[in-house]
Amino acid sequence: MEAVLAIAIGALAGSGVWLLLRPRTFQVIIGLTLISYAVNLFIFSIGGLRVGADPVLADGAADLSRYADPLPQALVLTAIVIGFATTALFLVVLLTSRGLAGNDHVDGEDGTP
Amino acid sequence: MNGALAIAPVLIPLAAAAVQVLLGIRLRRLRTGLSFLSCLAMVAVAAMLMMSASDGEGATLVYSLGNWPARFAIVLVVDRLSALMLLLTAVLALAVLPYALGRWQRMGPHFQPLVQLLLVGYNGAFLTGDLFNLFVFFEVLLAASYGLALHGSGARRVGAGLHYIAINLTASMLFLIGVGLIFGVTGTLNMAVLAHLIPGLTGTPRALMHGGAALLGLAFLIKAAVWPVGFWLPRTYSAAIPPVAALFAAMTKLGIYVILRLSLLFFGADAGAASAHFGSEWLLWLGIITLVGGSIGMLGARDLGKLAAYCVLVSSGTLLGAVALHSPAVTAGALAYLVISVLGIAAFFLLAGLVAPREAHDGAAQLEPYDPAIDALFAAEDERRVTSPSPVVILAACFLACGLLLAGLPPLSGFIAKFALLAPMLGHGFGAALLFALAIAAGLCTVIAMARAGIQIFWADEDREFPRVEPGETVSVVALLGICLVLTFVVAAPWNYLAATARQIHAPGHYIHAVTGQATEARP
Repeated sequence: MEAVLAIAIGALAGSGVWLLLRPRTFQVIIGLTLISYAVNLFIFSIGGLRVGADPVLADGAADLSRYADPLPQALVLTAIVIGFATTALFLVVLLTSRGLAGNDHVDGEDGTP
Repeated sequence: MNGALAIAPVLIPLAAAAVQVLLGIRLRRLRTGLSFLSCLAMVAVAAMLMMSASDGEGATLVYSLGNWPARFAIVLVVDRLSALMLLLTAVLALAVLPYALGRWQRMGPHFQPLVQLLLVGYNGAFLTGDLFNLFVFFEVLLAASYGLALHGSGARRVGAGLHYIAINLTASMLFLIGVGLIFGVTGTLNMAVLAHLIPGLTGTPRALMHGGAALLGLAFLIKAAVWPVGFWLPRTYSAAIPPVAALFAAMTKLGIYVILRLSLLFFGADAGAASAHFGSEWLLWLGIITLVGGSIGMLGARDLGKLAAYCVLVSSGTLLGAVALHSPAVTAGALAYLVISVLGIAAFFLLAGLVAPREAHDGAAQLEPYDPAIDALFAAEDERRVTSPSPVVILAACFLACGLLLAGLPPLSGFIAKFALLAPMLGHGFGAALLFALAIAAGLCTVIAMARAGIQIFWADEDREFPRVEPGETVSVVALLGICLVLTFVVAAPWNYLAATARQIHAPGHYIHAVTGQATEARP
């Protein structure tokens, strides 16, 4: 399971970085979204992967290793919310830039005359 | 002193912003009044926190939100350094506010609430003792700064804002990866607990911890606009309207603040042989390259906004190099330089907006390219009578003061700060000596660039029409420069405070003890 998750994170981050370096604004925003998926999965997995484990401690629980770590889940929730909001904001700026510059190049001008 | 006061610098602007948004854009006067009240309250609270923090060497105020123990909960920590930064930001905001009252805040609907939210981010980031909370406050700060950078709209601002947002989103991702790595290794994100744990790490966990810290550091270096990740800054800052650029002047210093705090907490002298001074060599050389790049940029700048933006890069590089030396004496000087450069650069940004032609809202005053053929000295036309209307005299005097402050020339406080920074720097090896020489050379570059700009704006172009300067705008510039002027004469008390601050952050035992309540003598 660790290997699958690691490959998924790597593939998402790699494609994200490639898209981030592309010249079109739409590619940049998709790239940022993919990177944020990769990062969120990464944070989610730092507490260790467990299937079917209870995230919340019950009263009198003695063996902590039987539970999933709840803190990374709280962290990833915050990160998702913040990432979602900033991506939405970026989308607005992207559309404004498209409207003002007349094209979707990140520098506001196409290299081709 | 009640610990709950520590959260006031976050709550005051947050409440002000919330009420301002509810008031809507019609009740502009009420909104403005609220902003003034909030800034005044922040200055008062910051001064109170500063007094309580300077009450003895180890007085550190800790406020645990929800009263949970520090290992699990989020804590706010007020020590001398954070109180200093709080006061600096509050004073900066209060001084910049009158400037924006007139035409600037009318360029978009929500200037005042965005400024208040920006202050929430600043204050929270200075106060927090927890890495993830630091991320949250950074995002609050950045979200507000996106809105402010785009304030006034226009193709130039939107183009610069697009780059700014993309770069900062990427930096936030790096921040999160770093936080994730550190949490995965140590199981905590509380800075003091981390500082307590780091000396005990060995092998792979230590390597992962270093990797996480390096990624965090990269995120803050992007914020501090250090070479090679600082190319976004000149374009963004010169495209933003002057009051916004002036408020942003403290943002690169926030990056420097976090690097200073974390590198001394995590990788200070007692972090164990393998971790002590981790990365400081890199920081020193990156600082030196940034300093050189900023100086060259300053000489080549074609408008005043860009010139001011490259001044930000120069101060950022100087500070980063100084921070990397891990010496209390240099750090004390660096803090003095930080205060003066924030105030001086903010004043310069505001001034650049005033000498620009009124119709050219979109850009600061343009400078002509240098051409030796037409730049002959002692031309006959130089001997005309100088007849200056009085506002221009004030502007020119402020410009002169800005130049002296930023170049670090006597008699103003810029010289004192730069001297305090550079004097203890010698004797820390080759890199420090190089930084010393380059910081002085950067001062020369500043003088050349500022003199050239001043001659072109105030002397060479007889027909240049200065815009009508609104009273509030003059008040802001004069207030910022006035603070620097006062700091030229009132030196002893601020300097003692800064020296004690440097001593305090170089002995992180107090900080760790105050947060965790554990005796630091037990550290391995």
